[in-house]
Amino acid sequence: MPDALKEATCCGTPTPRAPGFWQRGGWLVLALPLWFVIYHFLEPFANWLAYSRLGLAATSRLGSAVAFFAYDAPKVLMLLSLVVLGVTFVQTFISPERTRDILAKRAGAWGNLLAAVFGIFTPFCSCSAVPLFIGFVRVGVPLGVTFSFLVSAPMVNEVALFLLLGLFGWKIALIYASTGVGVAFLAGWVIGRLRMEKHLEPWVMQIDFKPSTMAEAPKSLSDRLDLAMEGVRDIVGKVWPYLLAGIAVGAFIHGYAPEALMARIMGKAAWWSVPLAVLIGVPLYSNAAGVIPIVQALLGKGAALGTVLAFMMAVTALSLPETIILRKVLRLRLIAVFIAVVTAGILLVGYLFNAIM
Amino acid sequence: MLIEILGTGCPKCELLAKHAEEAARSLGLEYRIMKVKEIPDIMARGVMSTPALAVDGVLKLQGHVPTVRSLAELLKA
Repeated sequence: MPDALKEATCCGTPTPRAPGFWQRGGWLVLALPLWFVIYHFLEPFANWLAYSRLGLAATSRLGSAVAFFAYDAPKVLMLLSLVVLGVTFVQTFISPERTRDILAKRAGAWGNLLAAVFGIFTPFCSCSAVPLFIGFVRVGVPLGVTFSFLVSAPMVNEVALFLLLGLFGWKIALIYASTGVGVAFLAGWVIGRLRMEKHLEPWVMQIDFKPSTMAEAPKSLSDRLDLAMEGVRDIVGKVWPYLLAGIAVGAFIHGYAPEALMARIMGKAAWWSVPLAVLIGVPLYSNAAGVIPIVQALLGKGAALGTVLAFMMAVTALSLPETIILRKVLRLRLIAVFIAVVTAGILLVGYLFNAIM
Repeated sequence: MLIEILGTGCPKCELLAKHAEEAARSLGLEYRIMKVKEIPDIMARGVMSTPALAVDGVLKLQGHVPTVRSLAELLKA
C-alpha cells in the first residue's frame, strides 16, 4: 500500500496508522448478503403479520393498508440505506469546484446538457446554493448553464433515482432522470437565450471572489467509507419521518382510495390533472425520497405516469424556501422567468408522458 | 490555533464546528473557534461550497463535514 509507505516515511515520529479499508469496511462483506436475504423475505413477512398474526382479511381495506405499510416501511428504509451508502461513497469523488471548472466558459446547448447531468450527482448542501450560484457565474459559467445545474440538482435527486430503480425498475428510473435532465436543459437554455445577466442583483458581480486553489488532502478508501457511513446516518436520520409519513399516506391511498375515482382524477383522460398535480405539488415541500411511497401508491391506483411525474417534479424542483433564497441574487424578473420556465417544462413532461404511455 | 468555520449557519456548519472542536480537544490543542457567516466574507476567502474550514487563516477543506478522526489528522498536520 503506497499510502502507508508515504505516511511512514513522511513524518519523523511514526503515527498510529489510520485503519485500512478492510478493517473499517470488512463487516460489509457479511452485511450486504444479509441485507439481500432480509429484503427478499420482507413481503412474506408483512403478509404473515397482517393476515395471519393480526387476522385481517386480505380483501379488506384495513388489511391491505396494513400489509402495504408493513411491507413498504422496512423495504424503503433498507433500500434507502443501501442507496445512500453507495451514492455518498461515489460522491466523495465529485465536488462542486470540479464541476464548476468543467462547466466554465462552456456556452451553448452542450453546456446546458452537461450542467443538467452534473446537477444530478454533484453533492452540495442546499444551504450553499447562493455562494455556489455566485461562484459559478463569477468564474465564467454562463448564466443559462448555471441554471441548468441549479434546476437539475433538486429535481433529479440521486437518491430518489436509485430508489425508483429499486422499487419500479430501470424504465421508470430512466424516464425520471431523462425528463428531469430535459426540463433542466430546457429551462437553462431559455434563460441563457433571453440574456438575463442584467437581472442579477448587482452585488453578485461586485463582491470579492477569487476561487481558492486549495488542494485538499487526498482521501483514502477508508476515509470515503467513513464519509459514506456518516452520510447514511445523516440522511436516513433526517429523512425517515418523511418517509414513514409518505408511506402512511401511501398505505391509506392503497387501502382506501377508490380506484375508479382516482383513475378519473389522476388518469390520462382528465386533461386538467397535470396542472392540478403541479399546483398541489408546489406548496408541498418534501425530500424526493418522501414523495416516492405516495407516487408508488398513486401509480398502483391507476394514476397516469405523466401526472405522477409532474407531481413529483413540482414537489422537489419548485419550492417556496428555495425561491426566497434565490431572491437574494436574482431580481424579480429573473425569478419569474425561472418559475415560469420550470413550470412549463414540468407541464410539458406531464402531457408528453400521458400522451405516449 | 485559530479554527474558522465558514458557512451561513446551516445544520452542516454547526456539525462541522462540533466535530472540529471535538478533534481539537482530543489533541489537547489550544484553540479558538470563529464562525464566518456572511456570504461576502465567505466568498472573499475563495469559498463557494460551504461548510468550509480554515486553520490559522489557511483554507483546509470545503463542501463537506469529515469525521472527527480525519479532522484530528488534519489539525495535527
